[in-house]
Amino acid sequence: MESKLIVSASPHIKLDENTQGVMGWVVIALIPTVFASIYLFGMRSLWIILTCVITCVITEVVTNKFMLNKKAAKPNASPTITGILLAFCLPPTTPLWMAAIGSFIAIFIVKQLFGGLGYNIFNPALAARAILLASWPAAMTTWIKPVCSWAGSDAITSASPLAIVKMKLVETIPSYSQLFMGTIPGSLGETCKLTLLIGAAILFLKKIIDWRIPFTFIGVVALLSFAFGRDPLFEIFSGGIILGAFFMATDMVTAPTSTTGKLIFGCGCGAITALIRNFGGFPEGVCYSILFMNCLSPLIEKYARPKRFGLRRKA
Amino acid sequence: MFRSKTFHGGIHPPENKHLTRNKPIENMPLPQKVIIPLLQHTGAICEPLVKTGDMVLQGQKIGESKANVSSSIHATISGTVTSIELYPHPILPNNIMSIIIEKKTEDAITDRVNIEKTDWKKLNAQEMLNKIKEAGVVGLGGAAFPTHIKLAPPADKKIDALIINGAECEPFLTNDHALMLEKTNEIIEGLQIILKILGINKAFIGIESNKPDVITKMQSILELCTLYPVPCTVKVVPLKVKYPQGAEKQLIKAILNREIPSGKLPFDVGAIVQNVATVFAIYEAVILGKPLIEKVITVSGDAIKEPKNIRVRIGTPISKIIEFCGGLKDKTAKIIMGGPMMGMSQYTLDVPVIKGTSGIIALKPQKEHIEDPCIKCGRCVDICPMGLMPNHIADYAEKDMFELCKEYGVLDCMECGACAYSCASGRPIVHLVKYAKLKLAKK
Repeated sequence: MESKLIVSASPHIKLDENTQGVMGWVVIALIPTVFASIYLFGMRSLWIILTCVITCVITEVVTNKFMLNKKAAKPNASPTITGILLAFCLPPTTPLWMAAIGSFIAIFIVKQLFGGLGYNIFNPALAARAILLASWPAAMTTWIKPVCSWAGSDAITSASPLAIVKMKLVETIPSYSQLFMGTIPGSLGETCKLTLLIGAAILFLKKIIDWRIPFTFIGVVALLSFAFGRDPLFEIFSGGIILGAFFMATDMVTAPTSTTGKLIFGCGCGAITALIRNFGGFPEGVCYSILFMNCLSPLIEKYARPKRFGLRRKA
Repeated sequence: MFRSKTFHGGIHPPENKHLTRNKPIENMPLPQKVIIPLLQHTGAICEPLVKTGDMVLQGQKIGESKANVSSSIHATISGTVTSIELYPHPILPNNIMSIIIEKKTEDAITDRVNIEKTDWKKLNAQEMLNKIKEAGVVGLGGAAFPTHIKLAPPADKKIDALIINGAECEPFLTNDHALMLEKTNEIIEGLQIILKILGINKAFIGIESNKPDVITKMQSILELCTLYPVPCTVKVVPLKVKYPQGAEKQLIKAILNREIPSGKLPFDVGAIVQNVATVFAIYEAVILGKPLIEKVITVSGDAIKEPKNIRVRIGTPISKIIEFCGGLKDKTAKIIMGGPMMGMSQYTLDVPVIKGTSGIIALKPQKEHIEDPCIKCGRCVDICPMGLMPNHIADYAEKDMFELCKEYGVLDCMECGACAYSCASGRPIVHLVKYAKLKLAKK
């Protein structure tokens, strides 16, 4: 019998799933919010999202080819996710050139300089937003009232709900339903909680994200807000907590892998967010809290190991 | 249906047991030629007791070792020894000295072994252990550790429970299932023999709940018969269907809720685990005086024409077995000795079935998985049944940082393959673990 035999190490069967598939589902989970942002803030949202995605993809492809020398580097959805997420945390009035610079920073500096996919320390979208905020603070904190029409109309500047609370402004605080539906001033993709939660549900159903990080994050924010005498429900539904907790803190590359590590990571994110909001100079703290915990992630990973079979847990 | 016990972690690969589930065990006709490696067990290699040109009878002892840990080898067909030479081995990397026996038509030898039943209740433990040793019985779950040594634990270890492993968690394999269904009484009798040898009276039979027919049959037989020694308790424990439920440590954890400390053995927590096929071999050795010369195996996989459960003589080349099962559907295939999760892929079809073989799986070439960088999704960490961090072990092994692999517990890894199975990036984690272990052993 003449047969050709294939030889390899065990196991010989494999779950039919790859990183492309995982990332594809993340993009799908983000799409409802893309539509929400276009409806809420007009066509300018679409242009910002497209600018970010295109710049990210081009930067990634070019750097992969000429810098990282990855011969087999296949196009994957990772830069698309970064682009969409970066656009989601920009104000609707961001100039397109600024969005492009942010995207370049996200991919080139934050991701590729550290070794590319899987090796970055910080969440690329958040780190890029932090750099933009430090470089153009005025443009990055100008918010507009939602226009709520597909056609779009002129923008009217307004303060975000958290800023109203922080600065003790005279404007009225939006109702819970406004907060939930997203008809409030804010970054492109952070306001509409409805679509964000639909996306999160998709990720849970596909078992792409684990409950530990988002739920401890949100839970700790609610708990501390209550302790500081703020309204927990308002805190959760304003600002970027839903976006941050489900889509950014859960970024696999920059979060710990063990279950205990994930709990610590989520609690840390929640605590720092609540502290910044209550005591810090900024009205919002989601971005910095996640970046800060990204720094700690390798340390958490080192010490918060799972309980090994047959070993007593070390004190 | 059953309340089933289990362990932490694990995966649910497609079972694919339907290919052979309801097929009775078929006897494969005796092969014309067998290749019997002198090393089929954990321990020292045997010295041949015959030389080229000798006539041997089926069941005749042809290899033995004076070493403490070893197991005898028997002729599995009657015929002439045509050569004793180095031959490819299905599990070991090097060629192993093997005795090749060919059946000659002119040999008028009756193929019968002694089938007089011995009343084992009259034998003492040592006499029974000698019979097991003479029959060359080894652990048939995979490691092939000599059974007569496993059943005589050091005096300072107090054993209180016997666990019969009928989990059969590897996909495709149904050989233990078929054996338990067809030889239920024999297995229960074998179990009592082990209880007598160990001088204990508590036993558990762990079976994954995807074999309800066996669970029901075992339970009904146990209810009817009076077991020896008196009093004794034998319980059938339905286990959750999860891989690797049949791994020794996970099985003891699920049934007795005892955790074997890192680097220790089952008898350190007072338990002894025996595979159902081993129990059946013990029954045959003690009661029928029959040496271990044949084995029930599953031949299955999507590349085999007629998947079957068959009883084959040890030493039968796998090319003959594949022929008996209708051959391969394609010219290109992966032939695995054992299950698809932990079995060894073969580079030649000349290798023989050995004592520890549980199945031969032929798989069609699969879609190639290109390796991506680890995206730290943490799935391997979640599912590792040993509570290790396979992602870091693989990383450090890749960078030749073996001391760190050791710190992360690489030596506790049993290479079950759950991590590599679930890895979305398609990283060869088990391969890297094997590499790290090899390098650490050489230090």
